[in-house]
Amino acid sequence: MLAVLAATTTPENLSTFSPASPSAESIKGLFILVLAIMGGILLLVEGILVYALVRSRRRANREDAEPPQVYGSKPIEIAWTVAPCIVVFVLVLLVGRVLWEVRPDPDTPPAGAKPLYVTVVGHQWWWEYRYDSYDGRELGITTANELHIPVSAPGQPQRPVYLNLQSADVCHSFWVPRLGGKTDLLPGRSNQMWLQANEPGLFLGQCAEYCGTQHANMLLRVVVESPEDFEKYLAAEAKPAIDPTDKLALADKNAFRSLSCVNCHTIRDKQDTRVNGTFGPDLTHLMARKTLAAGMIENTPENLRKWVFSPNAIKPGCLMAGFELNEKEMNSVIGYLKSLK
Amino acid sequence: MATAEIVSAPAPSESPPPWTAALHEWLVTVDHKKIGVLYVLMAVFFLLVGGAAALLMRVQLWAPQLSILQPITFNQFFTLHGTTMVFFVGMPILIGIANYAVPLMIGARDMAFPRMNAFGFWSTFFGAVLVYFSFLVPGGPPAIGWFAYAPLTENSFARGPGVDCWALGLIVSGIGTSTGAINFVATILCMRCPGMTLRKVPFFVWVMFWTSLQIIIVMPPLTVALTMLEFDRQLGSHFFDTQAGGSAYLWQHLFWFFGHPEVYILVLPAFGMISEVIPVFSRKVLFGYEFMAAATAAIVFISFGVWAHHMFSVGMSRTLDLFFVGATMLVSVPTGIKLFNWLATVYGGKLVLKSPMLFALGFLSMFVIGGLTGVILACAPITFQVTDTYFVVAHFHWVLIGGTMFGVFSAVHYWYPKVTGRMLSERLACWQFWLFLIGFILTFGPMHFAGILGMPRRIYTYGSDRPWEIWNQLATIGAFIQAPSYLIFAHNLVISLWKGDIAGDDPWDAWTLEWATTSPPPPYNFEVVPTVKSRRPLWDLKHPDDPDWKYE
Repeated sequence: MLAVLAATTTPENLSTFSPASPSAESIKGLFILVLAIMGGILLLVEGILVYALVRSRRRANREDAEPPQVYGSKPIEIAWTVAPCIVVFVLVLLVGRVLWEVRPDPDTPPAGAKPLYVTVVGHQWWWEYRYDSYDGRELGITTANELHIPVSAPGQPQRPVYLNLQSADVCHSFWVPRLGGKTDLLPGRSNQMWLQANEPGLFLGQCAEYCGTQHANMLLRVVVESPEDFEKYLAAEAKPAIDPTDKLALADKNAFRSLSCVNCHTIRDKQDTRVNGTFGPDLTHLMARKTLAAGMIENTPENLRKWVFSPNAIKPGCLMAGFELNEKEMNSVIGYLKSLK
Repeated sequence: MATAEIVSAPAPSESPPPWTAALHEWLVTVDHKKIGVLYVLMAVFFLLVGGAAALLMRVQLWAPQLSILQPITFNQFFTLHGTTMVFFVGMPILIGIANYAVPLMIGARDMAFPRMNAFGFWSTFFGAVLVYFSFLVPGGPPAIGWFAYAPLTENSFARGPGVDCWALGLIVSGIGTSTGAINFVATILCMRCPGMTLRKVPFFVWVMFWTSLQIIIVMPPLTVALTMLEFDRQLGSHFFDTQAGGSAYLWQHLFWFFGHPEVYILVLPAFGMISEVIPVFSRKVLFGYEFMAAATAAIVFISFGVWAHHMFSVGMSRTLDLFFVGATMLVSVPTGIKLFNWLATVYGGKLVLKSPMLFALGFLSMFVIGGLTGVILACAPITFQVTDTYFVVAHFHWVLIGGTMFGVFSAVHYWYPKVTGRMLSERLACWQFWLFLIGFILTFGPMHFAGILGMPRRIYTYGSDRPWEIWNQLATIGAFIQAPSYLIFAHNLVISLWKGDIAGDDPWDAWTLEWATTSPPPPYNFEVVPTVKSRRPLWDLKHPDDPDWKYE
């Protein structure tokens, strides 16, 4: 059964039994050990039960008189009090060890490591990522719904990622099963979480604390890439949005700037600070992201158009309003958004 | 019910009263037996309501991206399902059965405070009505989950009055539960018949005593939390309003300080029930009564120090996590003691495989699995992975159905002859048992795997790229195998009133005092208040050559 659960390692695999990080591996080890102990106890108990039943059934067929009345036995009672105590004691020690392994202190990364610090802000129902610093370098990049982190391959300097988890509204929980356990995002509180990936690839997950209507579609995507690719990603994300040069594109941009989109979204621009809302995801490099609506749909021009026109048709209850834009406005908005590479 | 009463009523028989008079009698009754029956009827009704919501949710999760239920409707349904099953099914049915049985088992004529007893039932009932009244308010029922994490319950996120109905309803029903618990404590301490010292009470009575103490201790935190929530919503305070500096963390602590002991409140009485059934149907005295009694008290004490194991993922310190790991695992020691003692009671006995025992054996074989997944969940690092997933859903349903419901069914089949004077149909009970057992395993077994494979709970749908479909389909099939078993149960309860065999006073050849009076008992329970010398007074009576009091 365990083999089935951990069979594939495609992005669609969200099994806690196919770990791709040191912490998920520690937890898997503990999980299997505890499962084995519990399985043993289960077999023991069910075995005794079946044996006792068979015996007492046989007696029921044989005898008419009441069986001997046994009121108890102190030595036996003491034995089955002490034995579980010992099991519990050993388990607590084991758990303590793994607990310290998977919850390291983010302020003291291992020697020689290149730590990445990211602030994650949970929103109803999407994720905001603020890249704070990498290997001692200040970053100050904000993006949404797609977290890129460097791989921490064996034999190279470790690249731990420390997430600073916060919430803008209600409680959420950050959980990418193959990269480790979950930690909640509570409004008014900063939680710390350690993430470190052994292999490159796409890792999926989703919000694990009920957070309202679209809790089911608050999906998580973590892209683990080589340190070189990660540097490229950082460089691309750090750039401001491309300034349109031709007239048509400029008209699209101005149309976008005149609509209420700007109240919620930010597009970082060299001269223009008008588009600076913070209620919705940062759109500066929207087209660099693979999905829309927090991982619900692929980021294609058609999907983008459907989404902007009527977000609630795709994600019922979501907080982005469709502003009943007319055909001309839609064309301008989509035209401008498509240029945000 | 009415017919049965006439059979045994000592007064000269009269023509049956008109139904209005009968209804009036049931509405104004202060008789612990009638109130107990009312509790059970209320619970069975809400069991069917909460079960229907569960079935609809299972249908919605049959395949990815279905839209049989709207997202908001699904969220309202799991909120109501949880609230209903905990507050309007679990507690009423346990309190109801105890309300009926405890005074009889201790040789009392009624509970200590009969009027407060009636008040307790009606509070519970109208609390439930108030929660369901939310269907009629703008916005409909709350969509907050049964543990209602702040600040999702605040005005900013839950605008309609649904949350207010929910919170006020739970406060009202909580008052009912608290008065019931106070009544049990007073009854058990003060109303025992001559000779029945506190060390000689039937085991179920002992368990109800401790459960009641637990209710008295943990209901106030819930009431306080709900009141603070209402202050926030209606009077502009900011206890949990994080946008004005309130604390989401505080709600979780307050709620789970109630919420975890609540789980034991839901399962301890079931422990007591099968501790009555297993000895009678094994024809042996309960093995290790004193150790069982001490284990009960130990569970109650420890239960007050484990609540934050529901909060391992909220980012407490590692030290605090480890404390709650240890405390939680400690619960498994007294629980294990109980389990081993039940096994020892069966061992060397003479098995009588009637319906109450069938369900008790279902309890023994299933509850242990729920207990063991509980130990797994006590390991904080494992919980970091599987908390808030279907693994947890599987675990607590395994405890509450595999434990509580099997215990309740066992108890209902055991005491129904006493309550009505008629036997339940063994044939229907057998159908119910096997459908229930198979359906239950098939519903909740696959959920363990869905959880390990990363499926969070409380999602109204999932993407087609997720590998969870097969597990959900198995669970849904299981739910539909399980569903008829509840209907058979309800049908059996009704039909046996007329068709059941006449039970007689003591159909199971049992040993506690309730079997010494008529079935159903007269309003005053016992013509002469009995005097007892041991924990099994009827054993002493039936075996004068070998009475219990010589050994206890």
